Amino acid sequence: MDKSLDWQETIITAVIKTCGYSAVVFVILIFFFLLNEGIPALTEVRLGELLSTRWYPIENYFGLLPLITGSLLVTVGAMLVAIPFGIGTAVFLSEIAPRWMREILKPVVELLGGLPSVVLGFLGILVLSPYLRLLLNLPTGLTALAGALLLGGIAVPTTVSIAEDALDAVPLSYREGALAIGATKWQTIWRVTLPAARSGVLTAIMLGIGRTIGETMAVMMVTGNAPVMATKLTSIFAPVRTMTATIAAEMGEVANGSVHYHVLFLIGLVLFLISLAVNITASSVVFKSKKRAERVLS
Amino acid sequence: MNKRLTFDRFLIQRLGISLITLMAVLTVIPIFGVFGYIIAKGAPAISWEFLSAMPREGMRAGGILPAIVGTLYLTAGTAIFSVPLGIAAAVYLSEYAKENWLTRLIRIAIINLAGIPSVVYGLFGLGLFVLFLKFGTSILSASLTLSIMTLPVIISAAEEALRAVPQAFRTVSVSLGGTRWQTIRKIVLPQALPGIITGVILGLERAAGETAPILFTGAAFFLPHLPGSPLDATMALPYHLFVISTQVPEMPIQIQYGTALVLIVFVLGMNLIATIIRSRARARRQW
Repeated sequence: MDKSLDWQETIITAVIKTCGYSAVVFVILIFFFLLNEGIPALTEVRLGELLSTRWYPIENYFGLLPLITGSLLVTVGAMLVAIPFGIGTAVFLSEIAPRWMREILKPVVELLGGLPSVVLGFLGILVLSPYLRLLLNLPTGLTALAGALLLGGIAVPTTVSIAEDALDAVPLSYREGALAIGATKWQTIWRVTLPAARSGVLTAIMLGIGRTIGETMAVMMVTGNAPVMATKLTSIFAPVRTMTATIAAEMGEVANGSVHYHVLFLIGLVLFLISLAVNITASSVVFKSKKRAERVLS
Repeated sequence: MNKRLTFDRFLIQRLGISLITLMAVLTVIPIFGVFGYIIAKGAPAISWEFLSAMPREGMRAGGILPAIVGTLYLTAGTAIFSVPLGIAAAVYLSEYAKENWLTRLIRIAIINLAGIPSVVYGLFGLGLFVLFLKFGTSILSASLTLSIMTLPVIISAAEEALRAVPQAFRTVSVSLGGTRWQTIRKIVLPQALPGIITGVILGLERAAGETAPILFTGAAFFLPHLPGSPLDATMALPYHLFVISTQVPEMPIQIQYGTALVLIVFVLGMNLIATIIRSRARARRQW
């Protein structure tokens, strides 16, 4: 064989291999930078103070609890919206709707997933929160509830898409078997198809949660950004502030290398570890159309 | 007794199916509502001046040209870095990688990259590109940050397209004396191209609509001129929408809706192009 061709082949193989490893390199780099800038916060601020309930960085109060409870409250609220509506829509598309309707509606739902979150936040400010304020007679509509509703909407496309794939992957013979022994269509869905697609549906929920915790702009725009502890159920009707929104709102104004700067990176590190845990759990669930899950979860 | 059982079953079935249908309707209608509302409210703001003029009077009048141009620059900049890298990584996974622990590690890394919150990418971009490599708050830093965020989408989609090319194509090429790279470049890549392009566009669509990763890496509140070099900061459509809807008091509502409309047309236009490429390629496919 031509010598130069051989040489060319070696170089190209090396380049492609290097690119192949890039994803691993980037994950490690991101982790390293977050550690490098975030860990100093643990020496500069006492742990007891980080776990206190007051976030007021200008006077050096770095209690993370209000931000953590804020994120939790909004995420749980969003999942209460996204799980029933997401799974319900997936069941409707896969089991009840005629084929043509599914071919139209599934892309429409996925289109919502492509909508920039800042646009949803914008509509949240102008439409959703004034409406909530009037409806519930609140002092302000910019509340955890508005954030939860919007985030639910953001998580729905991910949940629908993956759950529908999972339901679709259940063999037709399962349904035929159930119907043949006299089950109604509803019993078939509830007792056979959904349990058979369980792992895929769980993946859908996990990835929905992942999107919700990491969402930044929409949440920052509609939750009112008050770092108050969310302790009661009624906190859902009050402004809160999430971890992501805190980073986005404050990073632009802090001095590089200050305590505040390091604490914000520490919050980023926590978010990184949460997303790592969620994604590793979700991807370890055995699921046939994994490829698609990877695509949608991005 | 039997009759009663049957009655209950069908009653439950009717209730259950109605409930599910209602949920689907309640999910789909707001989606149409969101798009319809922005189009209806934003359309009156669109004019040639709005699309081609600089902002005036503290962004409360004039156009949004610098934001549109900025988003084009950022999208192109993201493509420059993420497309070659992403396709090469996909080629590696589909054509070279063996099923071993290293490949599994790469796959886990890709899944995790896809799940990292966008604001964390912003922090990383600030730490690595803006401060450590001293690119400053610039188009370059923001594009690099967005590239890494886009990478998993492009890799996954391109790999799927490459794997869809039948094995027989490769076997024939190799049996005719083609090397592995010749086979990839002349046979596999061209066949997978429509699928790869679709994935690339969908990845860039995300980059074009993101705000959080560019907040501290390249976005400018307001610029009186267009960015002149990759080391300049830039305005961008999503960030501009954020700014005018939350940071600028007494902002005319029409400009806000107009900006939102331009942004979704930009993003959904890319989505539409990707869909068209995909369906045309499917119709023409030879295997």
